[in-house]
Amino acid sequence: MKSDMKLFENGKRLDGRKPDDLRDIKIEVGVLHRAEGSCYLEWGGNKILVAVYGPREAIPRHTQNPLKAIVNARYNMAAFSVDDRKRPGPDRRSREISKVTSEALEKVILLEKYPRASIDVNIEVLDAEAGTRCAGITAAAVALVDAGIPMKDIPVACAAGKIDGKVVLDLGKEEDNYGDADLPIAISPRTGEILLLQMDGHLTLKEFDEALNLAIKGCHKISEIQKKAIREKYQPKGGK
Amino acid sequence: MTKESREIVIPSQLLGEEKNKKAGKGTYVENGKIYSELLGVLNENNRYINVVPIKGKYDPAENDFVIGIVIEAMSSSWLVDINAAYPALLHVKEVPWDVDFNETDKYLNKGDAVMAKILEVDQEKKLQVTLKDRNLYKIKGGKIIDVQPSKVPRIIGKKGSMIKLLKKYTKCRVFVGQNGRIWVDGTNEGIKKIEETVDLIEQEALSFGLTNKIENMLKKDAKDVH
Amino acid sequence: MTVTAAIKKDFIVNLAKKGKRADNREFNQFRDIKIEPGIISKAEGSARVKIGNTQVIAGIKMDMGEPYPDSPDSGVMTTAAELIPLASPDFEAGPPREDAIELARVVDRGIRESKIIDVEKLCIEEGEKVWIIFIDLHILDYDGNLFDAASLAALAALMTAKIPNERFELGEDKPLPLSEPPISCTSVKFDNIVVMDPSLDEEEIAEARLTVSTDEKGDIRAMQKGLNGSFTVDEIKKVINDSIDNGKKIRQQLYKSVGK
Repeated sequence: MKSDMKLFENGKRLDGRKPDDLRDIKIEVGVLHRAEGSCYLEWGGNKILVAVYGPREAIPRHTQNPLKAIVNARYNMAAFSVDDRKRPGPDRRSREISKVTSEALEKVILLEKYPRASIDVNIEVLDAEAGTRCAGITAAAVALVDAGIPMKDIPVACAAGKIDGKVVLDLGKEEDNYGDADLPIAISPRTGEILLLQMDGHLTLKEFDEALNLAIKGCHKISEIQKKAIREKYQPKGGK
Repeated sequence: MTKESREIVIPSQLLGEEKNKKAGKGTYVENGKIYSELLGVLNENNRYINVVPIKGKYDPAENDFVIGIVIEAMSSSWLVDINAAYPALLHVKEVPWDVDFNETDKYLNKGDAVMAKILEVDQEKKLQVTLKDRNLYKIKGGKIIDVQPSKVPRIIGKKGSMIKLLKKYTKCRVFVGQNGRIWVDGTNEGIKKIEETVDLIEQEALSFGLTNKIENMLKKDAKDVH
Repeated sequence: MTVTAAIKKDFIVNLAKKGKRADNREFNQFRDIKIEPGIISKAEGSARVKIGNTQVIAGIKMDMGEPYPDSPDSGVMTTAAELIPLASPDFEAGPPREDAIELARVVDRGIRESKIIDVEKLCIEEGEKVWIIFIDLHILDYDGNLFDAASLAALAALMTAKIPNERFELGEDKPLPLSEPPISCTSVKFDNIVVMDPSLDEEEIAEARLTVSTDEKGDIRAMQKGLNGSFTVDEIKKVINDSIDNGKKIRQQLYKSVGK
């Protein structure tokens, strides 16, 4: 539904950003006591907490794959994380996001090392402001590294979109609600392979190219933030 | 940058090329290039590039000595938790007692701790342990301390140097399982000292000169007490 | 399911017989408590509480709705708890099981029965429209004593919550009409030893559990005994006294953290 909402004012977006600016991102590694790996991530107004358990024997038995591990990503929004309270429990949107997230992560994890096991990735959205699935995957990747899971790469996700006819990076809340298109992607930064891609709205081929390139550039910037956070946690500072 | 500690590497980090060195543990190869698959410590020598994991569950290897906790007593075997991705099976044939069918719970029950040895790890990662060896038995008394399995080599030390220090200065009995479980028994003060020392080793595992630092610390505390 | 070593129980019991706890606390001493209100921007009120490593977030959401037929001029309050799989290797995804339900109901009663919220001030139109308060408890890290962590988080969230009048065009946002909150203190008993603010290990070997809520005058406002062991009358009296003492300290910390 279109509205008269102007999303651009003097070349700047509602929150003051330029078209290819990311919102502020902060990543903390290893924040939970019980989980094998964990990550707390703030991205704009999003607050995401991810815990990884496993690899552990998959239960129920019929879900076990004798050749490799399965990835159980569970994306969940806390009741208080959105404007209108959300009833606890998975809804269809959460289940779809859980599925595409599991699939994105499966591609880069060395699953054959853990036959019959499951790697459980719990993504909790504590505070939501557009782009939670990208924030979830980005945080999940860090939590997996923190858990010592063997991976080919550290996946990262970011979205681009179109507002007021212009292609921009990392949609904020009003932009997501009133914009013309939304394109979240996840990539394996080392190879550039696309692990997740969804799109809704309306884009010409040229606009799609522009949006995809912008989202990929955004992913690489965020990948640096992930890696820095991981190193800072585990590389002891020199000089004692 | 002074080398105060060993280098950390992360998954997807480029470590070298197959034409120069062999890809060892914790690495994978693509198009002739060697990459890290883990968050770990780079361990490189003239021939191999290895990555030693910093975190993660215990990766069972045959003949490893481990400390297990019994999960369930079944009709002719027990299921044992050994801090790996999978539980291990202990068959009645592999214990020093003569156990009748369905009498397994007379010998070992849920919650009992055992010193065991990994007997077999098969293709599907099905694990078997045994108690049939010297020094293997059901544990009584003492306390089990959990550590990252990757830190176990540092806690044992080169040729057991670190664990010798711990035993000497705390007068405790100490048994280190490869699976990241350490059993200690002795005075409460001794056990606490070991916990503190193990904590320190875990945090500083990557620095050089750790053995000396720990020895000095233990010596000093022993002097303060007497 | 994770299994605990039986020798762990022996170790804790033997230490306790010598008057000590595994983490060096006194029997009636709480772990470090951290209270952070206002951490969730989407919620009308929120707080994160850490007791030791146990971590809980409480979120308050408010909406307009119909009152219950038997109390047409009262606001409505409802409490839910989620023991999400994030918090422990033993929590499973799915609808809340008895432990989550008991937790939610105990926290709920602590607030409801002590009448902290003046629900009659939450009436907008008698019989037609009242404020509905949703308290959602999200357990993030389970290391013992969820009852006290969750209760404290709910209180801190309520005390910093704002009624969203602006959003519904009813005027300015205002704080909730609250009175002095009682503070809950939970103890467990094992082998005739009673300890307060149980760690995960102590909870795992507990035979009986007692939660006591006290107010600033030192009066008792709520009690709940759990598990299938028993307490002697003397033990209960000691727990009540320790709960009053700890309650006072925790209340001060709570007031400080919400800026009172």
